[in-house]
Amino acid sequence: MDSGLEQARDLPQEITTETDTRDILARETKYQIEKGFRDWTIVDVDAHHSEMSSWREVVEYLDDPILKHYGQEFQSRTGGAPGLSNAMPGLRYQDVGGRVPHQTQIGEAVEDKTNHRDVTLIRRSMDAMGLDHQILFPGNLLQLGTHPQPRVEAHLALAYNRWVCERILPVDDRVKTLLYLPISEPDMCLKIIREFGDNPNVSGFMITAVRYKPVHHNQFIPIYRELEERGLPLAFHAGLTWGDDWMKQLDLFISMHAISFVLCNIVHMTNWIIHGMQERFPKLDVIWIESGLAWLAFLMQRLDSEYLMRPSEAPLLKKLPSEYMADMYYTCQPIETSNMALTEETFKAVKAETQLLYASDWPHWDFNPPSTIYDLPFLDEQAKRNILGENAVRLFGIDTPKK
Amino acid sequence: MADLYVGRDDEFEDRGRKVIVHGDLEIGVFFVDGNFYAYENKCVHQGGPVCQGRILNRVVEMIADDKTSTGLAWSDEDVHIVCPWHGYEFNLKTGVHPGYKNARLRPFDVKVKDGEVYVVT
Repeated sequence: MDSGLEQARDLPQEITTETDTRDILARETKYQIEKGFRDWTIVDVDAHHSEMSSWREVVEYLDDPILKHYGQEFQSRTGGAPGLSNAMPGLRYQDVGGRVPHQTQIGEAVEDKTNHRDVTLIRRSMDAMGLDHQILFPGNLLQLGTHPQPRVEAHLALAYNRWVCERILPVDDRVKTLLYLPISEPDMCLKIIREFGDNPNVSGFMITAVRYKPVHHNQFIPIYRELEERGLPLAFHAGLTWGDDWMKQLDLFISMHAISFVLCNIVHMTNWIIHGMQERFPKLDVIWIESGLAWLAFLMQRLDSEYLMRPSEAPLLKKLPSEYMADMYYTCQPIETSNMALTEETFKAVKAETQLLYASDWPHWDFNPPSTIYDLPFLDEQAKRNILGENAVRLFGIDTPKK
Repeated sequence: MADLYVGRDDEFEDRGRKVIVHGDLEIGVFFVDGNFYAYENKCVHQGGPVCQGRILNRVVEMIADDKTSTGLAWSDEDVHIVCPWHGYEFNLKTGVHPGYKNARLRPFDVKVKDGEVYVVT
């Protein structure tokens, strides 16, 4: 799709935080042309923008006057995360000490001032990676689930949702989102679903998975009921935390990141399955985002084994936990491929041909370009097409003209 | 086999580089400790532009005679190129990942003739 961006560019000698996104991703562009899949429908179900770069704008969307005052006052404070958010200082390690510049900062020049800067950056990444649609998420705001002030979490979620729906999403109809639900405050979640549920740029809603709430609790049931009735998907977006007692034993970012991003979704998935949420909400499409894939085969076997011995503790289940898991959707990133035989078996276990969704996680340090899926040696062309785009088109009802 | 002209050898400072393009082929040429090394600008991980990444010494962990760790340090010898896409690191003199010998960059020979640097493809 032509977005009006210039194409020809020189090869920079070193990629830095100032390098144009199209130059950083030029090899992917080139690779898609060489391999012949640049014209395929590709939907990226997990990408991020840096809402903290626009934090001054976001706090203006707070409707609570006192919180807005604090948010405005905190702007002038030095050090730490922007006021009101609880962004974790440990996130600074993500770029491996500056080794992955696009994680450090997207500092490139943007001459076009007619749109928000983020829109231009998003378009550049989409064009470079040959994307037809992208599901956009915030960055640091995904930490909000552990905010010590649930009321602040709720109001920030509403403010961010209003800001992103007004300032970012309307500019390009290729860009969609699954909006943040602050489930610590169920009433706010219902308010958000009802305010934005019919917005054409909102493809569903998202619970950030780093939180200590049992997701099957009765207080959250009205949220799931509302989503199911409206036919809107629900996603659990994994994240990291160094605040968890288990994670505190992992004193390197590599260790904490490897486990934390999976552990949160393992816990929520276990509650979701064992408490029969799939039986209670059979028409609710559920997506598990950014935990990679390797955990799924483990959890399927683990829960099946326990359930077969202890069915009385999970009386709502009418089939194996692994069968419920195979009914849900998963994003692929960050895909684990060091043992391709295990990767292939995992794809079979989750019925990847219909249930797996491509996700880039751009611009994070462990992003996956579309060629990651295209290059998998055990998939046929239709499976690759499904995972890269067709499954998401079907799930979200995306109107994508055939190319 | 073709010799691709890279530039004059006196253009290269220690740890200097030049990434050249020849048709579909991109090659990074590096000058480290008095020698030239060249690799395809394509990471073995996911095809990233590895030769356009940062050049940093390898990080080592110092273990005392009693097996306790005394902390981290920069290697005095090993110089790495770091893929800017995901952080894969390769020794610039061998093209090999420090912990996985099967992960190695595609090397090219480098010739210097009358002060002119060429990559042999």
